[in-house]
Amino acid sequence: MISSRMKPLLDWIDSRTGYRKLTQEVLYENIPGGARWRYVWGSTLTFAFSIQVITGIFLWMAYSASAQTAWESVFYIQFEMAGGWFLRGLHHYTAQVMTILLALHLLQVLIDGAYKAPREFNFWSGLLLLQLTLALSLTGYLLPWDQKGYWATKVATNIVSIVPFIGPDLQKLVVGGPDYGHHTLTRFLALHAGVLPGLIIALIGGHIYFFRRHGIHAKQPLKKPDAKFWPDQVLADAIACLGVLFTVVVLTLITRGAELAAPADAASQFSAARPEWYFLFLFELLKYFPGESEIIGAIVLPGAAVGFMFLMPYLGQWKLGHRFNLAFVFGGLAGAGLLTWMAMKQDRNDPNFQRALRDSHHQAARVIELAKAPSGIPIAGAAALLREDPYIQGPKLFAKHCASCHRHGGHDGEGNPVKDPQSAADLKGFASREWLAGLLDPAKVDSLHYFGGTKFKDGKMVKWVKKNADEPKEQEQLKKIIAAVSAEAQLKSQRDADARDIAIIKQGVELARGDVACTDCHAFGKPDPDAIAPDLTGYGSRAWLVRFIGNPAHADFYGKRNDRMPLFAEKQILDAKTIGILADWLRGEWYEPAKLTGK
Amino acid sequence: MQTEPAPGDDRREFLKKSCAVCVGGALGVVPALAGLAVYLDPLRRKADNGLLARVTSLESLPADGTPVMFPIIAVRTDAWNKSVAPIGAVYVRRVNGDQVQAFNVTCPHAGCAVEFQAEKKGYHCPCHNSLFTPEGKRSDDSPSARDLDSLKSEVRANGEVWVQFQNFETGKALKVAVS
Repeated sequence: MISSRMKPLLDWIDSRTGYRKLTQEVLYENIPGGARWRYVWGSTLTFAFSIQVITGIFLWMAYSASAQTAWESVFYIQFEMAGGWFLRGLHHYTAQVMTILLALHLLQVLIDGAYKAPREFNFWSGLLLLQLTLALSLTGYLLPWDQKGYWATKVATNIVSIVPFIGPDLQKLVVGGPDYGHHTLTRFLALHAGVLPGLIIALIGGHIYFFRRHGIHAKQPLKKPDAKFWPDQVLADAIACLGVLFTVVVLTLITRGAELAAPADAASQFSAARPEWYFLFLFELLKYFPGESEIIGAIVLPGAAVGFMFLMPYLGQWKLGHRFNLAFVFGGLAGAGLLTWMAMKQDRNDPNFQRALRDSHHQAARVIELAKAPSGIPIAGAAALLREDPYIQGPKLFAKHCASCHRHGGHDGEGNPVKDPQSAADLKGFASREWLAGLLDPAKVDSLHYFGGTKFKDGKMVKWVKKNADEPKEQEQLKKIIAAVSAEAQLKSQRDADARDIAIIKQGVELARGDVACTDCHAFGKPDPDAIAPDLTGYGSRAWLVRFIGNPAHADFYGKRNDRMPLFAEKQILDAKTIGILADWLRGEWYEPAKLTGK
Repeated sequence: MQTEPAPGDDRREFLKKSCAVCVGGALGVVPALAGLAVYLDPLRRKADNGLLARVTSLESLPADGTPVMFPIIAVRTDAWNKSVAPIGAVYVRRVNGDQVQAFNVTCPHAGCAVEFQAEKKGYHCPCHNSLFTPEGKRSDDSPSARDLDSLKSEVRANGEVWVQFQNFETGKALKVAVS
């Protein structure tokens, strides 16, 4: 037998280490009344914590804590690294499950009376572990540096500042400066991956030591004969841990891992900021403590509740006290549940919140698309990708600067109706063939869609269209001119049509300069100092549009006859970059991921 | 097991113990103090207060006084970086024709960004439902302890609107600039 040959070696090891006695103590703890399911919670928590340590260390290897790289590195973990989404999903959902397990463990200990003398230290170390675990959640929520974590954590750190006397300084130490930045992340990471887990490991050691010192608190009446920890209770614990793992894996697979919102942006209005669901009750509680009484809801009440729990072992010595403890904890949980439900209900029924949530998802999906683009993420970080993206910023700019007169597809660019009456053209598809065909349609040219709301309602162009554009012959010619003028814009959406119709476009240019005589008023193809209407050379192209928005009263455009359109660059209303973004959006120029072709 | 010291050794023992405690403690103090000094460094850092930023021009503000939000893009020092970055946002509205009123978008309650909502006729905080009139006055049932934080602003001769951007401590009835 191998074991008999091994015996001298094992004896030697034991004489030097005493491992046999240790294993004996660890494994053969007596369990009065045998193994039971109600004792599994501590083990499941230890297991969940080990998942967090393992997944956390691997995440740490790929994470970079700075305001320029945090979101970017998490993006890389989530979308580029092999299995990254799964690793991050495990970490995320185990944190959620841990919170539930903590509550179950606490309830079991309370109901069984396992918190009473002589197990005070056991209970106290457990309470500390509970708070440290919640602190882990709070610090971890910020680390991806996405809008969700950024704005929700701001509320938490702002609460620090209301602590009397030292609040503002304390807040500076937590945040690492007067405002959120690199050092907020370095500090949160040090807490999340170093200080807090270190404390937790030490406390788990103490917790288990205290637990073993007084033995398991068996639930009376004992139903079965005594058993040993190994293998009876270990088997039950392992099965429960399997259940935890299964839950976490299923949640990860169903959701394809944890969410990553758009990168944090101090200048953006993020109205979908909410803490993790298990902090929602504290968030909701703040609504009921107006003014400077905020400190009561934010600090005093939660502090008093936790402080009281430290006294529970004393109170629990009496039967009535034990009942009070139970009522207190169940009442507290019910209250927290009610507040959580109220917070969720309000958000569900709040159209503004729902819109903000949709917006948040929309922006997240877009920035991820941009970050995945071949051009990648610039050194300055991913927030810039979003800030300079015509697809996201174009509608906002249009709504803010254009939509009080113009429309885009009948709305303000973002899909909302406008209260001011329309008084300038609808710019959806500007310079496209369809748009120009409408402009040259006698039935439409003086509608609100084109010149109807402007001072050019009865202008030369409108008159010309009404007079000339009816005849079938003219319509044939106009079609060619439309193709020619529209080709000047070099729109992405018309690339194929422009390439196909080269001959028609050429005829159109001839007609515009000759028979149809557009060049009586417009310049086309070459400068014309006598032109009184907007230049058709490069009409609708990026350069043309940028110049036009910048200064519509320039001689190349409306000159002195410019209606009410602001001189956006000339008057420094918008900078060149912003005008470029607006022009790109109007022209439908923004990054689109290559469509997957083929079957 | 420790043996009881002889009565005459009491002082000696006490001295030894005191020394052991002092030396042992001092061993930890040096690294701890070194760390603490660096940890406390943020207390020396001051906020960039009173940054003047050009946000818009008068003519792009609606004449009816509807507030418009503008990001504040300014030179910002973030630890080792100095760069032009978005540092916050303001609401600006036109008053009395050619004057403006500016507010920091940060809710004075807990620091979320308020949003002007025409249907609520004011700025609404998406976090705890504080509500402020277009003039920045808080409504009675708002959890915020004070009105929206107004910012110094000016309209220059050429119509440019400049705002002195500042953040303020949240959760307090008094408006105190973050320093």
